[in-house]
Amino acid sequence: MAVYEQLYGAYEGVPQSALSRFLVIPRYALRDIFKSKLVTGMFLVCFVYPLIAAILVYLRHNVNAVAILQIDILELIPIDGSFFRTFMQIQGAFAFLLTVLVAPPLISRDLSNNALPLYLSRPLSRTEYVLGKGTVIAAVLSLVTWIPGLLIFFFQASLAGTGWLWRNYWIAGSIFLASAVWIVLLALIALAISAVVRWRVVASGAMLGIFFVPGAMAEIINNLFLTRYGSLVSLWATMNNVWAGLFFLFDRNSGSVQGTVTNPIYDKQLFNIILLEPPLWAAWAVVAAAGLICVWILSRRVRAYEVIK
Amino acid sequence: MTSVIELKDLSVMFGKRSILNSLNGELNGRAIGLLGPNGAGKTTLINTLLGFHRPTRGTARILGHDITADANRVRSLVGYMPESDSFIAKTSCIHFVRLMAELSGIPGRHALERAHEALFYVGLGEARYRQVETYSLGMKQLAKLAQAIVHGPKLIILDEPTNGLDPPTRSRMISLIRQIRDGGKARILLSSHLLRDVEECCDEILVLKDGNIAANCNLEEERKANRKFIELETRGGDRSAFAHSIGELGCEYALTGERRMKLIMQESTEISDLYRLALRHGVQVRRLNYKRDSLEDIFLKAMENGNAAAERSENNGGL
Repeated sequence: MAVYEQLYGAYEGVPQSALSRFLVIPRYALRDIFKSKLVTGMFLVCFVYPLIAAILVYLRHNVNAVAILQIDILELIPIDGSFFRTFMQIQGAFAFLLTVLVAPPLISRDLSNNALPLYLSRPLSRTEYVLGKGTVIAAVLSLVTWIPGLLIFFFQASLAGTGWLWRNYWIAGSIFLASAVWIVLLALIALAISAVVRWRVVASGAMLGIFFVPGAMAEIINNLFLTRYGSLVSLWATMNNVWAGLFFLFDRNSGSVQGTVTNPIYDKQLFNIILLEPPLWAAWAVVAAAGLICVWILSRRVRAYEVIK
Repeated sequence: MTSVIELKDLSVMFGKRSILNSLNGELNGRAIGLLGPNGAGKTTLINTLLGFHRPTRGTARILGHDITADANRVRSLVGYMPESDSFIAKTSCIHFVRLMAELSGIPGRHALERAHEALFYVGLGEARYRQVETYSLGMKQLAKLAQAIVHGPKLIILDEPTNGLDPPTRSRMISLIRQIRDGGKARILLSSHLLRDVEECCDEILVLKDGNIAANCNLEEERKANRKFIELETRGGDRSAFAHSIGELGCEYALTGERRMKLIMQESTEISDLYRLALRHGVQVRRLNYKRDSLEDIFLKAMENGNAAAERSENNGGL
């Protein structure tokens, strides 16, 4: 059929599979995302720390390089669960910043221009639409979290030998799980905000607010009531506990507070309060609750028609 | 032959409010007009057929496929042009239409080819690389039509396609719809409050009122029916007695103004009978026009019947 033939005709070729149709949304969205120089720049910055981590791993196993650089080998950080947890914390922060730049227009742009009926009148369900948009975030964040994390892990394993790999194989699973939990949570929160707020800047602000305002609140609660349970309102602090748990580094005892209190009967009294982090299950429950709230918001907002009450 | 749309006791409720009440019927026209006053349930019916709303009771079939059990198949057979502005921002029209084609299941390379074809077909060929938000209202409507037809659907649902269009663009839109209809490769469901648009494009109509079917008729058959509609303009004499005498001849009549009346001639009556009666009652016949039952008449009759039915049901409820 000629390109400019002006006739109406049905498509008679072989239609795409359901999976290919599903991947259309992420494919188009990814192409649009990297049109922004800011996003591309930020994406490149996200690879700085993995590069540093890879260099550290290399130095740890290269005696000649250590000798040339005149570094004491004992000063180099050990490559263990703690090393990879730090890697996750740093890359997790970069992943968050990347999400702030990438996610806000994903759904809001469709909502503000009433494009949802166009998507959903095609063989595409609401769930597939949201999953398609989520895949965009998941793909971008995977490239800066678990993929470089696993590459560094296998780089270390190849240099350290099978003994190290046998002792630390669980780290690979922890890297993947820690990244997956963070990616899913970020994607859900970002998509929910994008489905509620139609302006990109406001959506980015809301995303920052959701992480930083509760963080400040958590500190206030912790200091006022001499506790660590305030951390449960901060998603970042909660995720840190989840990561610590996944890398078997979680310790509920996070220090103590000492001081004096004036009592009218006994005069001055010393006190020593041991601060306990909330249990690990509570951190997981907070993450799950946040995710469920986002799913609920998405199920209310992503519709082909506007609900007017 | 499979019906284009088959409604089987289709009911939709929002909360406790009933929007569509047990709709039944088969629609088989090449272009079906969906008419009704605001709030009649036209958009809800379209949204339900597209699977956006779940029927509370009953179901419907599009080209033989159940709208709930086989929703994806139905959507792949349907092209939808919504009423309001709908597009993807910061995207060229060709990119937008291509994306819609790919979402409908057409592989990338073919999708691009078909997007070019669809845009040339609707007359946006020269503007296809411009972003959709820079288009005029008429161009946006045409872009919506292009995305609705790009995958070559078997049924095209058009919701108020001529809304806000200037006369030349409206006539272009109408001519495109008629062209698609006459091509015979797709059926059309056209929802509009403009009777003229429906009359120009459709051969079957479904009139909704308060969520009920007020009329469902084949316009072609109505037009072909051997019924003589006559419009009379009279002066002087005893008009009511004249009208009464016409009624005695077995003709249905309606006094439509101070000097005008409409009547349906019976097979056994002749025009000369009317003149004879006019003479008897001293009525001057100033004008006599043969008139077909226009869509407006059908629509108004359906609305009157709907009102009467509503009043009857209210009275029954009261008793």
